[in-house]
Amino acid sequence: MNMISLTALDLGLAALLVICVALISWRLRLGNSSQILLAAVRTTLQLLLIGMVLKVLFAASNPVWIALMALIMLLAAGREVMSRQKRRFAGSWGYSMGTSSMFISSFSITVLALLVMVEPQPWYQPRYAIPLLGMLLGNTMNGIALALDNLTHNAWDKRPVIEARLTLGMTWSEAISDIRRDSIRVGMIPIINAMAIAGLVSLPGMMTGQILAGSPPLEAVKYQILIMFLIAAGTGFGTISAVMLGCRRLFDERERLRLDRLR
Amino acid sequence: MSQLVLDDLHSLAPGSPAQACFHLNFELTGPACLGLTGPSGSGKSLLLRAIADLDPSGGTASLDGIDRNSIVAHQWRTRVGYLSADSAWWSDQVGDHFIGLQPYGFEKLGFNDSVLNWSVARLSSGERQRLALSRLLSRSPEVMLLDEPTASLDPDRTIAVETIIADYARAHNAPIIWVSHDKDQLQRVAHHRLLLDGNGHIEALS
Repeated sequence: MNMISLTALDLGLAALLVICVALISWRLRLGNSSQILLAAVRTTLQLLLIGMVLKVLFAASNPVWIALMALIMLLAAGREVMSRQKRRFAGSWGYSMGTSSMFISSFSITVLALLVMVEPQPWYQPRYAIPLLGMLLGNTMNGIALALDNLTHNAWDKRPVIEARLTLGMTWSEAISDIRRDSIRVGMIPIINAMAIAGLVSLPGMMTGQILAGSPPLEAVKYQILIMFLIAAGTGFGTISAVMLGCRRLFDERERLRLDRLR
Repeated sequence: MSQLVLDDLHSLAPGSPAQACFHLNFELTGPACLGLTGPSGSGKSLLLRAIADLDPSGGTASLDGIDRNSIVAHQWRTRVGYLSADSAWWSDQVGDHFIGLQPYGFEKLGFNDSVLNWSVARLSSGERQRLALSRLLSRSPEVMLLDEPTASLDPDRTIAVETIIADYARAHNAPIIWVSHDKDQLQRVAHHRLLLDGNGHIEALS
């Protein structure tokens, strides 16, 4: 590998640019300068931490530690899905709906990709497993958060319409069908867009990283295509599952719209 | 002959004030009409929603001896037609709300079939109200739960709508529960009248 190692000075110069932006936004009274700085500090600490964790994890290659790491990533993504919703499901549902959907989609697809497509030895080798899972989780998380937010927001706003359909004798599933379709579609928009513009407007991050690290471009491209497909599948399955669960939860056993289950 | 039996029926809608969730015992045999009146917030609409099973509720409701919990909810709501005070429309065109249905009483309600091509956004509140009634009756409910069905209509139209509802009730032997602020109207249309005082008490009006 013929990668150029970055020095602390390099990173410090880049950090100065962020501080400039924060200063300007403070002058413009955008009210988000502390947010910018805090996020920058968070990203530094979190990435340094994960760098050290990965170093240990790669050296040990212990399946229990890898599973634990995967679980922590999943739970963090589940929390993020929940916090991105304005009206989320109350109680444990708010958390478990997104988390279980991500588990179904991201986990199973990562395992499938490792066992059937990438085939490292052993299959759970963390150098492949953790970044793959991370990319899948990050993207399905976006899709699921968008879709669930759309679902709960629309169910709240369109309560009269949903109830009008119920009063006319439609089933709960018919009464929310258009909102359900819409929410699933919204959840899939980012990955469809990403696939459509990949390589034209932006070079996807993973591919860029591999190229910077010295991989032949075509090898990097093959990986990127694989990842795109996996993400598309994961986002699709995850979004569908989360929205289906969410729709069911919006109605009770007597097919009543229960907005009191949101908060 | 349809018979609606309410036994200790009361709304348990989350977040509703207790005094609005009064208990009602009543047997209503079609085409009889029960009129409900009372101040705003006395729970008239909540009661209709409870009967239509749109909110959680206590007590029992049955139609022709069939308890509502013994059939799936959407079947119950097909049989027990509820007309809310504000009609909701989910599509831009009126006709989309009548797909697969024979529109009921367009002529008597002052429409012809061209209304199916109209845009919902351009309907007046009175037109909406009359079309919502037609939309409901097109589905041949066996009971009518009407929440202020003539609130946005002028006096002539009001009388016309009252006639249409009474005709439907006679033709289908359908019991009616009619919520109205207009006591004169209830005098005209209802066979039994109840006054809700807003504190959870019910008083029969003679």
